[in-house]
Amino acid sequence: MVHKVIVETTINGDPVELLCEPRQSLLEVLRDELDLTGSKEGCLTGDCGACTVIVDGRAVCSCLMLGAEAAGKHITTVEGLANGATLHVLQQKFLEHASLQCGICTPGFLMSAKALLDHNPNPTEGEIRYALAGNLCRCTGYDKIVKAVVDAARHGVGASQHGKVPTESTAEVTRDILEREKR
Amino acid sequence: MHAINYESPKTIDEAVKLLAAHGEKARPLSGGTDLLIQLRAGTRRPDFVVDIKHIADLCKISFSAQHGLSLGAAVPCLEIHENPHLRRHYPGLTEAAHLIGSLQIQSRATVGGNLCNGSPAADTTPALIALGAMARIAGPGGERTVPVEGFCLSPGRTVLKPGELLVEFQIPAPAKYSSDAYLRFIPRNEMDIAVVGVGVALTLDPANDHVVAARIALGAVGPTPIFATQAVQALVGKKLDDAAIANAGTLAIAAATPIDDMRGTAEYRRHVVGVLTRRALAIAATRAKASA
Repeated sequence: MVHKVIVETTINGDPVELLCEPRQSLLEVLRDELDLTGSKEGCLTGDCGACTVIVDGRAVCSCLMLGAEAAGKHITTVEGLANGATLHVLQQKFLEHASLQCGICTPGFLMSAKALLDHNPNPTEGEIRYALAGNLCRCTGYDKIVKAVVDAARHGVGASQHGKVPTESTAEVTRDILEREKR
Repeated sequence: MHAINYESPKTIDEAVKLLAAHGEKARPLSGGTDLLIQLRAGTRRPDFVVDIKHIADLCKISFSAQHGLSLGAAVPCLEIHENPHLRRHYPGLTEAAHLIGSLQIQSRATVGGNLCNGSPAADTTPALIALGAMARIAGPGGERTVPVEGFCLSPGRTVLKPGELLVEFQIPAPAKYSSDAYLRFIPRNEMDIAVVGVGVALTLDPANDHVVAARIALGAVGPTPIFATQAVQALVGKKLDDAAIANAGTLAIAAATPIDDMRGTAEYRRHVVGVLTRRALAIAATRAKASA
């Protein structure tokens, strides 16, 4: 006998109490129970990033998290980006740079980009590409997406300076060490 | 996905009771980045999923230069990578944690889950073995501690018995003039499963660069991660020159038992074991010298 679970969580700033089956992913809960269909279902294996949402400040694949695990968490979905009719800077820059064609990957890219800029308001292009590596796009070739995020960062999206993470990549350190050895 | 029950115990005792009560029908849930895929695919079919992330001890990193590192089994990889102490003292472990999947995956995936999933290609396992990590396990009969190199039995199988829970890793304090490194080969830049992974840890004698202690572990070249003991024995007491590094690479190749699969042939994997072992030793040595 499987019991439904009551989950108290916060979604896009609003407290939400919901009832779900334990087997439902956070993505299913968002889309099927709460009608928040901005987050997309892609691969269901954590490869494509179309379902990316922000949970307690971190980008996660909502297909790889149970709805039950959302209890007590703060979740931001793409629906939480715009302020009424005013687009979030990232959304505006995606439009200006034509960073989308079919659009199914876009909510995931926006959320990964937001998570990055919230932690690191002035990322290098390399850091942007690394942070977006978990999102696949089959239309744009990525360059326009990266340009939009660079532009959004220049316009000061990363207003919240707290929780800035160290950005030096270990891959870079390793590469540097190997370069030094060659010399 | 089949119907499951979800439990989120607050203490190790509660978790062990739940796991023991449901035996093979229960599975701990850590980051879930492997488990949810397995549930969907039907390759694991537990009736009870026991979320261990509400147990405070399992979510804790405690480090001291004297006592070393206690790493909770449910700490996500990104938190490990972001921890300045761990990046400084265990750079091989933090780079392995930072190689797993995308940032979305690293936000959830845990080192404990990586080990318990039992994949021979797990990136953090060779890094843990290199550091001499011990796995602390709680169970219905009390606690036990198992060296990480003895934890995996075969692909997907570990020493954990029904009712047992991996609680934390105990990693020795970094010795003076020591460091570690983890290198993985994949055919693209990011986000793939290891063709070969090599973790090494080294302690040098600052007076003459002789190897005081060393550990080398290999991933994805056998049914379980491999602790390359002969390669280690050949290094200890020797000066870490090119010849010693080359010899360790050759002995690491001898310890590998790879198969041909879609990611690479056995012959290719053996070759890459040698290359990565030599490079990882050189990086760990450079770091060890810089740490003094």
